[in-house]
Amino acid sequence: MASAHSRMRCGEFRTTYQADMTIFPTPLARRVAVVSVLLLLLAPLCLDAYYLNLLIQIGYYGIAALGLNIVVGFTGQISLGHAAFFGLGAFASAWISNNSGIPVFFAIPLAGLLTMAVGLMVGIPAGRIKGLYLAIATLASQYILEDFFARAEWFTGGSAGAMASPFSIYGYEMNSDKSFFFVVLFYVVVMFIAGANLMRSRDGRAFIAVRDHYLSAEIMGINLNKYRILSFGISSFYAGIGGALFGHYLGFVSAEGFTLILSIQFLGMVIIGGLGSVMGSMLGTIFMVLLPEVMEFGVHLVGSESTALTQALAYIKEMAIGLAIILFLIFEPDGLAHRWRMIKNYWKLYPFSY
Amino acid sequence: MSENQPLLQVDNIFLSFGGVHALREVSFEVRTGELFSIIGPNGAGKTSMLNCISGRYQPNKGQISFKGNSIIGLKPNDRCKLGIGRTFQNLALFNHMSVLDNILVGRHHLLKNNFLSGSLYWLSGARKEELVHRREVEDIIDFLEIAHIRKEIAGTLSYGLRKRVELARAVALRPDLILLDEPMAGMNLEEKEDMARYIIDLNEEWGMTIIMIEHDMGVVMDISHRVMVLDFGRKICAGLPDEVMENEQVKSAYLGVGFDDEVQQADEEVV
Repeated sequence: MASAHSRMRCGEFRTTYQADMTIFPTPLARRVAVVSVLLLLLAPLCLDAYYLNLLIQIGYYGIAALGLNIVVGFTGQISLGHAAFFGLGAFASAWISNNSGIPVFFAIPLAGLLTMAVGLMVGIPAGRIKGLYLAIATLASQYILEDFFARAEWFTGGSAGAMASPFSIYGYEMNSDKSFFFVVLFYVVVMFIAGANLMRSRDGRAFIAVRDHYLSAEIMGINLNKYRILSFGISSFYAGIGGALFGHYLGFVSAEGFTLILSIQFLGMVIIGGLGSVMGSMLGTIFMVLLPEVMEFGVHLVGSESTALTQALAYIKEMAIGLAIILFLIFEPDGLAHRWRMIKNYWKLYPFSY
Repeated sequence: MSENQPLLQVDNIFLSFGGVHALREVSFEVRTGELFSIIGPNGAGKTSMLNCISGRYQPNKGQISFKGNSIIGLKPNDRCKLGIGRTFQNLALFNHMSVLDNILVGRHHLLKNNFLSGSLYWLSGARKEELVHRREVEDIIDFLEIAHIRKEIAGTLSYGLRKRVELARAVALRPDLILLDEPMAGMNLEEKEDMARYIIDLNEEWGMTIIMIEHDMGVVMDISHRVMVLDFGRKICAGLPDEVMENEQVKSAYLGVGFDDEVQQADEEVV
């Protein structure tokens, strides 16, 4: 299976190392990616607010999920505190733009950096512990940050929450779904390309080496502590950017949204999408965002007549989401990215699938 | 570094785990360009010795100097930068990475791009640097004849190939001293011959000093310049292969003391 996907497409010949080190595995994949981004640029023209809202959600959650994948999937460290970093990014961006006069345009990356700094601090103990102990340590960071959100009124507005001013360029406010969609799309493209580049350069390989065999990684000259801490930092940066986009999209940030449940959902996205896959992070996010919507749609389809039935179906919907995730883990433990590779291999060799 | 100074000098090393003395008073030196073998029965402390040199264990007492400087207390990743590379007895590849990426990890300390410049790839010159190192890695791939598997996932390869990839990864560090822990364990004759050839080439053409642990006496005696024998954590002998073969202590370590006498006695009792 693994050997099959490493083989090149029929009719593709590479004569330089450069041609063998492209970000997309094949020219076709590159064209598909470019065309789909172009199509997405047209999305605000033809989709209504409901679908745009879903796409924007996929965008900012996807960036955060990619961050979590860097720490969990690529570096092999567990993190249960990702939602708190997501929230920190949202609050930080709102706070920076409200209090310093820095425009939102710059506040978003600054919020990412601030979240990264906090992530690095959380990473310091995390560099020394592994497995379940690390899970508990990151759980602690989740609760510490949640508590901080509730108490630090100067920063978060406490229980009242914080207002986040809309994104604007040259005085043009992008506060509608249609215009904010472009902002999110821009960040998704930039962050995912950066993530893919990271994973094919020195430090990305070091992360994977630390995950696969930390003892021999150390013998290969990789400083284990540095890379474990760094992966938390980079992961938090992505979470911070995702959170900042979330905050400026809603225009209002409150602490209730960033609980452990969201952390678990991020983990779900990463596991369903595929641990250790940049594209998998996006696929998993799409799955987790759309699943409740699809279930909701099903409920409307079945139970529109009686209210009792609708109520019962609402519970069934929640359970069905859980069931879908469990089934996924049983039948596709390597995630959607793996399934995608299998499909590609099938077509590559079609009709000779042996 | 003066001409006659040894590349690696190990002085009076003691290493114990609780009450178990893994190494006692072990001293030896390896000169630049040597192919030095460590042999001994199982549990003699050979791998512990390599672990002390590569930095996984810190000896309780003693001194290890590399290129004239003490390396005691340095972490394994720092020793790698000084020019010490190694392979492992039990495979220690990065199983989910491709062969190519595995070997590229070996270039880690020679590459300069970091997470920031790596993320910017085209804008920061990281791509150019990666290309240069890709060429270096391809040289090693050619040398070890693993070009046909360069895109395979390391964990899916056969044992013999994985051993070869591991050697490639250690060579990619461009170390001055390379520690090989049983490079031929579990291989068939043909694979052993190949591996022996690679080791000799590394030593003679690539100019690497080699410390090798190996159980195949035929290989050890044929290719080593000098051999050291450990038994129960003590060095019992060191010298040219022929000298070591003739040494009485070595024979008894491998065959047991008075083995023939015991057999004779047993025979007499039966009669």
